[in-house]
Amino acid sequence: MTLKHVLIPALPLAAFIINILFGKAILRTKAHWIALIGVAGSFLCSLSALSGVLSGHIVNEDLFTWITSGSFKVSVGFLIDPLTAVMLIVVNTVSLLVHIYSIGYMHGDKGYYRFFAFLSLFTFSMLMLVMGNNFLQMYFGWEAVGLCSYFLIGFWYYKKSAADAAKKAFIVNRFGDFGFGLGVILIFLTFGSLHYSDVFKNPAAFAGQTIMICGHSFNLITVIALLLFCGAVGKSAQLPLHVWLPDAMEGPTPVSALIHAATMVTAGVFMVARTNSIFVLSPTAMAVVAVTGGVTAIFAATIALVQKDIKRIIAYSTVSQLGYMFVACGVGAFSAGIFHLYTHAFFKALLFLGAGSVIHAMEGEQDINMMGGLKKHMPVTYLTMLLASLSISGVPGLSGFFSKDEILWMAYAHGGGIGKFVYLLGAITALLTAFYSFRLIYVTFHGGFRGGHDKEHHLHESPQSMTLPLIALALGAVAAGYVGIPHILGGHDSFAHFLAPVVGEAEAHGSLSQEWFVMISSIVIAITGILAAYYFYIKNTKIPEGIAKNFSPIYKILFNKYYVDEIYDVLIVKPAYWFSGAVINKITDAIVIEGVVNGLPTIVEWFSRRLRKIQTGIVLHYSMFMAAGMFILLILILSKLYTGRF
Amino acid sequence: MTLANLRPMAPELILIALGLVLLMLDLICRKKEMLAIVTLIGAILAFYFIKGSHGGLFDGMFIADLYSNFFKTVFIINLLLSTLISVKYLDTERALHGEYYALLVFATVGMMTMASAGNLIVLYLGLELMSLSIYVLCGFLRNNIKSTESAIKYFLLGAFSTAILLYAISLLYGSTGSTDFNKIANAVAVMGAGAALKPLLLFSVALFVTAVGFKIAAVPFHMWSPDVYEGAPTSVTAFMSVGPKAAGFAIIGKIFFVAIFGLHVEWVKLLIPISVATMITGNVLAISQTNIKRMLAYSSIAHAGYALLGILTADGDGLTAAMNYMLIYMFMNVGAFAVVIMLRTEDFAGDELKDYLGLAKTHPLAAFLMMIFMFSLTGIPPTAGFIGKFYIFTALIHSGQLKLAVAGVLISVISAFFYLRVVMYMYMKDPEVETPVSDSLYLKVALAISVVMVIVIGVFPGKFIEFAKASLILQ
Repeated sequence: MTLKHVLIPALPLAAFIINILFGKAILRTKAHWIALIGVAGSFLCSLSALSGVLSGHIVNEDLFTWITSGSFKVSVGFLIDPLTAVMLIVVNTVSLLVHIYSIGYMHGDKGYYRFFAFLSLFTFSMLMLVMGNNFLQMYFGWEAVGLCSYFLIGFWYYKKSAADAAKKAFIVNRFGDFGFGLGVILIFLTFGSLHYSDVFKNPAAFAGQTIMICGHSFNLITVIALLLFCGAVGKSAQLPLHVWLPDAMEGPTPVSALIHAATMVTAGVFMVARTNSIFVLSPTAMAVVAVTGGVTAIFAATIALVQKDIKRIIAYSTVSQLGYMFVACGVGAFSAGIFHLYTHAFFKALLFLGAGSVIHAMEGEQDINMMGGLKKHMPVTYLTMLLASLSISGVPGLSGFFSKDEILWMAYAHGGGIGKFVYLLGAITALLTAFYSFRLIYVTFHGGFRGGHDKEHHLHESPQSMTLPLIALALGAVAAGYVGIPHILGGHDSFAHFLAPVVGEAEAHGSLSQEWFVMISSIVIAITGILAAYYFYIKNTKIPEGIAKNFSPIYKILFNKYYVDEIYDVLIVKPAYWFSGAVINKITDAIVIEGVVNGLPTIVEWFSRRLRKIQTGIVLHYSMFMAAGMFILLILILSKLYTGRF
Repeated sequence: MTLANLRPMAPELILIALGLVLLMLDLICRKKEMLAIVTLIGAILAFYFIKGSHGGLFDGMFIADLYSNFFKTVFIINLLLSTLISVKYLDTERALHGEYYALLVFATVGMMTMASAGNLIVLYLGLELMSLSIYVLCGFLRNNIKSTESAIKYFLLGAFSTAILLYAISLLYGSTGSTDFNKIANAVAVMGAGAALKPLLLFSVALFVTAVGFKIAAVPFHMWSPDVYEGAPTSVTAFMSVGPKAAGFAIIGKIFFVAIFGLHVEWVKLLIPISVATMITGNVLAISQTNIKRMLAYSSIAHAGYALLGILTADGDGLTAAMNYMLIYMFMNVGAFAVVIMLRTEDFAGDELKDYLGLAKTHPLAAFLMMIFMFSLTGIPPTAGFIGKFYIFTALIHSGQLKLAVAGVLISVISAFFYLRVVMYMYMKDPEVETPVSDSLYLKVALAISVVMVIVIGVFPGKFIEFAKASLILQ
């Protein structure tokens, strides 16, 4: 390990410390420089780390050990292999661009230094998560990114909706993280170590073992994998814990782009890929992963069809795309999942930053029905967002096409019913994706402006600090996929080969003609979706209203997001409030805890005051006590001598 | 014998020379700050010479090895920090500078001699040099009645404990025929199982426990410490709450782990009730204190109890943990006292708990530092205090003393009450009076060193643990 590896997380951490200590008093409006230097330095170091990995230089070393106790060892160490290298590039590229973008977007905000301090802290935490060489460090990063997400969703904490959304994100993630924590503990109990190198050495040796839970025996590896997956479900907003992500859009838009699209929410996918050697041993767990991913993908996509808030549409789209990544992992094509994670980071961050640019021009308006015709006012935003939408829809030649096609093909060729099932879900989702993505483009940028004359005068393209990151991300949305062109199109599938040492290579059980079929059908699906959106929102703008009216129950269910929030409210939130109000507050708190908390100190203090009386201040008494103590010791010795024991 | 032969005791010789120079310099030098600077330079020089000091002198009566060097490192850092926090404080108290620094230096030489003793007589000499110097330091504010009271109390009770120590030494000499630690160990080994049946030998064990218990302020030999700590000048309190305590643990290593290790079953049995009583008394009594110096005195008693837990394992891991605990305790305790001194200004005593009300609003930096030290004294990660406790408790668990470990953890919960009360006062209450703070540069340096070390040891403990472990090679 060299200095550059240590600097990757250390620079953003240093930037955080400087900004949080001196930001308010000294740096103020210059706070972004410190953060920018930190993340840019980290970015350059990760490029160098990537080139090291490309030339076969893999690092797996402990930096230092914090505490040890027997075989339990808490250490900070880095594992830099192909998987980490990909994540480093994704995290640092998007983070750097989001930092630049935020200079313009957050300009004049009174929490300017605080914003950059937390962005740096987030970057540090995310890097610790992906670079760790043991589960505990991953857990540390996992919780730390959650905390940063909480800080940043609630950045405008004086807005009730933002504060609520932050709380919701934190609490919903508790459910998943609890499982993840149990998973980590179970790994330690099973393997006797938390280091990846020890755990992944030969997990197959534990394949047959079972564990007793409530009198039933379960397969040990399956239990571990499912507990870990619990964490992924929370962090990556899969069913049924997806509810926090759309609300998280209350945070500033650059945060949505960085944390809730490109990096943190993909931590679940990263974790499943990292622990692939455990997952592959359990067909049950793999099936759960695939089905959860597939169902979430189509579920979220249907909601995205009818939402009005520009950021919420993209948020549901994110949930849906994360579902794709889990589909890939679930069918054993981990490299395809990571490939989609990597391309998705570019076009989804771009969509969010573009949406931010639109909101900036609209002075905070987020309802797409109040927009329209923005393309002539903000051409750069329009063009870059168009490219992102083409990419996410899977139009051939763009990044999204390669990665999504790879996933669909791997699902199709997985063999067995589950593969075919999730392929079907994925294919339908692809149609919906193309449709809602272009609905957003057409309604927002085409047609006439619907927001009134006053607002129309203020429409303007965003400053360069915001458009330059858009252009850079657009390049990624177009070209990032070219590292993974499949053999069938004359490429080398280099991305999968690069990751193969870590995640293995998935087997495809299918013929060449089937592969062509999957690819051509996904192209047809993408184009159909786009054309349908064109027909609905450009040609015949009356149709959507008509459909909404004629199918109003369905429309209402979709618009209200299947009433999941309401169901949770009735099933969990309300009972929890009742329980805490009626039971915890009145009985446990008032009697048990208050009793202990107030009673114990009272007793101890009473005791303390009595005991204090012994301390008379008179030397004679003190020496008496010493002598008494000494005599007690001598008596102990005497009793030992005459009875043989103490 | 040439000077080069004396290399193993170079740090001591440098400090003795420094002490003499200070006494003379006091007569000619008008700017008393110079004395502090000379002390610092001399101490750093001595610190530098610790590293190369190895070997025995005077027929093995004086031994410089890794073990003694570990403690000497602690003593000299303690001297440095105490000097730094004294400069402004002495002016505030209108005390004389000259003898003060010389006495600090001589006391430190005494502690270092204790750590290097290869022989009971040398150990006794070191202990007396240390004690006599500190008696004087306690009464250094001659016009302050509390200071005088504390000196006389400490002196009387100290004399009592010294008598007990000498009695223990004579009994040990009488039953083994030597005052040399290794020879005593051999003699005890020759006795084999019979050693535990010899009344004189066992009586000397009990008396050693008493005498050492007095030095480290273990219950019930602790009664002097709250009165003395409160009355003594605050800078001296900081110095003596660490130095003599660490020196006490240094001689515990020498006597219990070398000379009479053959009787470890017996001395462990004697120390168990003492350590538990020490932790309980220190923590419980700290709760009802309203004076922060007194509160820290009880806290210091409690910490001696935790460190004793490490000794109870009677193995290397436990001793390492106790040594490490002393190193950590020095930084967090001197740091806390440095904040107390910071609040002492010309006409403001600043040593009552209520003076800390709302400190975070009036002096955020001082409050923040105090918070870190309080967290560390409580044992909250990622501060050094957590690491200290963690290694004590793991050593206990690994040696099979599960019950004691549980008791230690539970008792340390009590300590959270009074440490965090200070934090609560500073951060969650409004100030009642305007508390001024001192702006001494020296004090700030001491605070910076302490807080950095508390966090560095808390986050990167590896090197420090290794340091203590490597020092465990008792000759």
